Amino acid sequence: MTVKILSNAFDPWQETQQHQQNQLEAGKYGATASFVGTMRDFNQGDDVASMTLEHYPGMTESYLHKICDEAKQRWQLIDCLIVHRVGEMHPNEPIVLTVVWSAHRKDAFEACRYLMEELKSRAPFWKKEGMAEGHRWVDKNTPG
Amino acid sequence: MSITVKFFARLREQVGKAELTLDDAGDVQSIWDRATENMPMPDNTLCAINMEYSNTDAPVRDGDEVAFFPPVTGG
Repeated sequence: MTVKILSNAFDPWQETQQHQQNQLEAGKYGATASFVGTMRDFNQGDDVASMTLEHYPGMTESYLHKICDEAKQRWQLIDCLIVHRVGEMHPNEPIVLTVVWSAHRKDAFEACRYLMEELKSRAPFWKKEGMAEGHRWVDKNTPG
Repeated sequence: MSITVKFFARLREQVGKAELTLDDAGDVQSIWDRATENMPMPDNTLCAINMEYSNTDAPVRDGDEVAFFPPVTGG
């Protein structure tokens, strides 16, 4: 179970592959489900040029671990990986990656969704969008 | 007696400070009142004590870290 908060751009596929190679035992997992959230260049009808993601160091990591623990209790999982970006970022850069490895697909699909939905509602991160006219805080997430 | 108070995101900008220290305990609401000099707390404010979500009537003890922030928007 790994949680990473990164202040630089990351490649979700490379993170997945690295984790799989270093942490998982070949032949034990039959299902890998992943979700990647990527920054768009528009929101609520406006062009967005940049975004700054703030977090609460310590609490954010603690809640991401908590969410992984809960998923491991609810489903039969082999491993979980959550990577989340912070700081200033630009359109087309990945914001978040959640990956779940399990023996069978049902556990992987359901747990991956759970990680994302819980992260969005409980992990302390805040988005501020940068537009031509200035900055604005994002007040709430779009429904899943 | 020392209580650390932190504000994040929009609330940090509204309150005008990121962090301060108080020397009296109380409950979360009273910490807010003293830290913000009685600014009204926005309805959707989330509170945490020692990095766990809490209610505004939860007791705060010596050495605790209390945080206030708006609804979370990660992912």
